[in-house]
Amino acid sequence: MTDTVPETKRPPVEDWATDFDHTHPDYAANAPEIWDDLRERCPVAHTERFGGAWLPTKAADVRAIAEDTDRFTSRGIIINDFRPELDIAPRGYAPPITSDPPFHAGARRLLLPPFAPKQIEAWEPMARACCRELLDEVEAELAAGGDVVDAATAYAQDIPVRVIAAMLGLPQEDGDKFRMFIHRILETPGQHDDIDPSETLVAYLSEKIRERRESGADGDDLISYLLTVEGTDGNRLSDEHVFGTIALLLIAGIDTTWSAIGASLWHLAQHPDDRRRWVEDPDVRIFAIEEFLRFYAPVTMARLAAEDTEVGGCPVKKEDWLLLSFPSYNRDPEAFEQADEFVIDRARNRHSAFGLGIHRCLGSNLARLELTVAIEEWMARFPDFELADPGTVRWSTGQVRGPRCLPVRVLGHGAA
Amino acid sequence: MRIAYDRDACQGHNRCYQLAPELFDVDEEGYAVLLVTGEVPAELEEKAQLCADNCPEFAIEVEA
Ligand code: SF4
Repeated sequence: MTDTVPETKRPPVEDWATDFDHTHPDYAANAPEIWDDLRERCPVAHTERFGGAWLPTKAADVRAIAEDTDRFTSRGIIINDFRPELDIAPRGYAPPITSDPPFHAGARRLLLPPFAPKQIEAWEPMARACCRELLDEVEAELAAGGDVVDAATAYAQDIPVRVIAAMLGLPQEDGDKFRMFIHRILETPGQHDDIDPSETLVAYLSEKIRERRESGADGDDLISYLLTVEGTDGNRLSDEHVFGTIALLLIAGIDTTWSAIGASLWHLAQHPDDRRRWVEDPDVRIFAIEEFLRFYAPVTMARLAAEDTEVGGCPVKKEDWLLLSFPSYNRDPEAFEQADEFVIDRARNRHSAFGLGIHRCLGSNLARLELTVAIEEWMARFPDFELADPGTVRWSTGQVRGPRCLPVRVLGHGAA
Repeated sequence: MRIAYDRDACQGHNRCYQLAPELFDVDEEGYAVLLVTGEVPAELEEKAQLCADNCPEFAIEVEA
């Protein structure tokens, strides 16, 4: 799927402190500057959009919300014009990310083992092979003429798509479909009333689950696992639970990791010193990866206030949205030295790119593996590259932030 | 140097195991398991400090 410049039906924002809109292209283009400005003059921004929402930008406020599952519910994690119904709590639409305690712990425990570090290590050869295959294609494209390639669409986006498809046991060819679903749900929420019901994620996954059930669900993929595993109550999971979890696994890992890989390449394209350091000093890589994650943290989560409360001194009403901006947390000078600088060998890096508290990104070990392998393989093949035209780079809107269009010029390759 | 690890605070970010597999293992759910009993071997002190400084949940503490 080729992304075009996003159209927006949203009115422009005059003041980010009182009228912010994270789904606006202006936010996408300038988010770090907006957070820095807000942190200085109004650390908890507010908007009447989406029926009322708050955006805390200081690390301490973000942490307090992430850790307090009594005052803030995960029933809604993607800000929309509508609130999810009350009666879906505590499970929520996509357990465990949309679940509250005590339901949350059981739903999460089922998924922890397949995503634990040692289980995830086993996927490294597959991820590496996938990167090399994509780089072969890029190289063929370069050899055919020109020296510019879109690193976001020709490389970064396909890596998480292929790995999660393999883990779930879904066809690799369906990658374009996954991206279409995700684009609608994450990038332009609430702007799609005109979609053919047979073309939705619900229709797609319902069909796949039915097929898997009929064939006995005896594969070693995650869909089969969810259809057969017993929950903590000793029963099979409800249909809604299975569906919600598969939707989560499919959606959560793709744009996020695509964004992290893309943003890291965007950085490297503009910083020859960091490229050189990466190549010459393999020991720096473990720190560099975490610094990419800190500085370009892709994910912002949302919560709904479960009661009238306050955040950073601001009066939050029950059912108000709150954005948990982990990216802004990661640039707070109260939490990090030289917060506004990318320090490739930063040794003290308590970043929150994977969230904090009980909802820590379940896929963090997989995401870190994919990011590491993707950068290693790219840098091994193309150690020198630059932005082809900074003006054409486009960042996504919404709660997942990363470059969606990233034309880079590969130096010393191609049209020779 | 002494090291302490709070299992209740740990959320399985896996930074410690990644930085110092000599000091931390992970269980099958991805939570950290401290491999030493309190006292950090001298040659691992720097790594212990690194783990403490990188745990997003402040679950690790070292004391000189
Ligand atoms: S870094 Fe902290 S949260 Fe992560 S596994 Fe280690 S102790 Fe747990």
